[in-house]
Amino acid sequence: MNKRIYYGLYGLIVILLVLPFVVPNNFYLDLAVRMAINAIIVIGLNLLIGFAGQISLGHAGFLGIGAYASAVLPMHFGWHPVTAMLTGALASALLAALVAKPIFKLKGHYLAMATLGLGIIINIALRNEAQWTGGPDGMPVMPMALFGFEIGSDRQWYWVVAALLVLTVWGSLNLIDSPFGRALRALHGSEVASQVVGVNVARYKVSIFVLSAFSASIMGSISAHYIGFISPNFADFFHSIELVTMVVIGGMASVYGSIVGAVLLTALPQALATFEGWETVAFGAILMLCMIFMPRGLVPTLAARFSKGDDK
Amino acid sequence: MLAEFLQFLFSGITVGATYALAALGFTLIYNASHVINFAQGEFIMLGGMLAVLFAQMGLPLPAVLLLAILVPAIVGVLVEKLAIEPVKGAETVTLIIITIGASLVIRGLIQVWLGKNTFSLPAFSGDEPIHVLGATLLPQSLWVLGITALVVVALWYFFNRTLQGKAMLATSVNRLAAELVGINTSWVLFMSFAMSAALGALGGILITPITMTSYDVGIMLGLKGFVAAVVGGLGNGLGAVVGGLLVGILEAMGAGYISSAYKDAIPFVLILLILFFMPRGLFGGKSTDRV
Repeated sequence: MNKRIYYGLYGLIVILLVLPFVVPNNFYLDLAVRMAINAIIVIGLNLLIGFAGQISLGHAGFLGIGAYASAVLPMHFGWHPVTAMLTGALASALLAALVAKPIFKLKGHYLAMATLGLGIIINIALRNEAQWTGGPDGMPVMPMALFGFEIGSDRQWYWVVAALLVLTVWGSLNLIDSPFGRALRALHGSEVASQVVGVNVARYKVSIFVLSAFSASIMGSISAHYIGFISPNFADFFHSIELVTMVVIGGMASVYGSIVGAVLLTALPQALATFEGWETVAFGAILMLCMIFMPRGLVPTLAARFSKGDDK
Repeated sequence: MLAEFLQFLFSGITVGATYALAALGFTLIYNASHVINFAQGEFIMLGGMLAVLFAQMGLPLPAVLLLAILVPAIVGVLVEKLAIEPVKGAETVTLIIITIGASLVIRGLIQVWLGKNTFSLPAFSGDEPIHVLGATLLPQSLWVLGITALVVVALWYFFNRTLQGKAMLATSVNRLAAELVGINTSWVLFMSFAMSAALGALGGILITPITMTSYDVGIMLGLKGFVAAVVGGLGNGLGAVVGGLLVGILEAMGAGYISSAYKDAIPFVLILLILFFMPRGLFGGKSTDRV
């Protein structure tokens, strides 16, 4: 493994340090925070899709669990926001493990179906349990406080999320390069071959799915605190598809690609705001064109073009 | 007691017939290409929405039916030619994402074109309910069941008694072998998309007088059709029909006896249970993988 894969991380740190001083106003800072939040979720999802070759069509469900844990537990039960966030994340991880264990013994489309079903059930529950969740109208979220210090302004949130993003990228690069990561890549290449050399295929897939659910849940909590309001749309099927789209556009199995995908697709609705109503069409068309002409996604395709014959 | 039960049963079978048609659509495409077509629900929506549009133009019912089936079939073929064929042999994840993209494009275009309103279609033969043992049955339900039954019989005949149908079956069993005996497998792919879009659209038209329609009904109807296909064992035609009826009946019973708010969750609970305990579906045989 060469060290050049980390150059991107150093570049990212520099960009993140400089960004808040060059953005013209808070609108762009807010956009940057949302891009970074999405990037962290997408990196987790990409470990599952890109490295384990499995697709989750219900990831927004885990976001929803995290977000609503952070909204409901402090509001109705007086829990500390951090305890609430961790409880939500553990619940998501547990749910993911429960669902994934029997599913990963099967092959093909089954995880897609199971996660899709799970996501829809979570969303329906959020809409119907109005006495806790406010139903379809959503509910406000209390501010996040750490050690008596309240995180309130966009700028404070920016630094929190930026630090999390750097940690996530660093952690994922290491994970991919670890024996765990090599096993994951092997089983994406050929499940049978990796089984033959002693990789416990099902266990690795469950672990990565649980990890991505945990990370999604934490980021769901953070989004909820950041926005200060949460509604079931946050956990719906379309949001799950958006996240998958980010993975695919940036490039499967590429950590930096995930960031690019998240940045582009978080900015897209702003860019399309003038074409009221056409967002869905644009989204669908981008997905299809990307898969047909660049099945590996933006970053890996471009990287291959610029460094011919120079495999990373 | 009995009246209530019958009432739930009637509404369950009626919706279930639509799910069955959608599930047959999934099955056809899956058998021909091993693609799970996540755009299937949009064909159901297209059928209903176009039928409303053509009916408002004042066309007679047979013409409405014909056009509202033909146009989605053409759309289905376009999806296959433009999006599925160029990536032949791609990974499952890629194919799933492409069909999701297609469904977003179709839904988005209809939303831009016809708006976000809910539309209804007049029933084919009046709204005078028929009384059966204290329960009421809409004449439209009889249309739904009758036409679905006809379609199932026609499909059975097509696949078992005609050369084209057998060619399609052969392709689903072994594509390479089918090509070797001279079957035009790209024609089979073409036909399966056209037929499956037409089946979905037909279901959408038939159910619209009862449940109404709007640009976004395709997601739920499609997903439930998909659940029905999996319940019956993916790729199994008879299973798809039984699966559709079963999902419809369970949903109606659940809505009636347990909670109407959680009606839409019932098929998805069912799919999780089936995946855990009977991963090949109710009718799917054992399968082995070749390395």
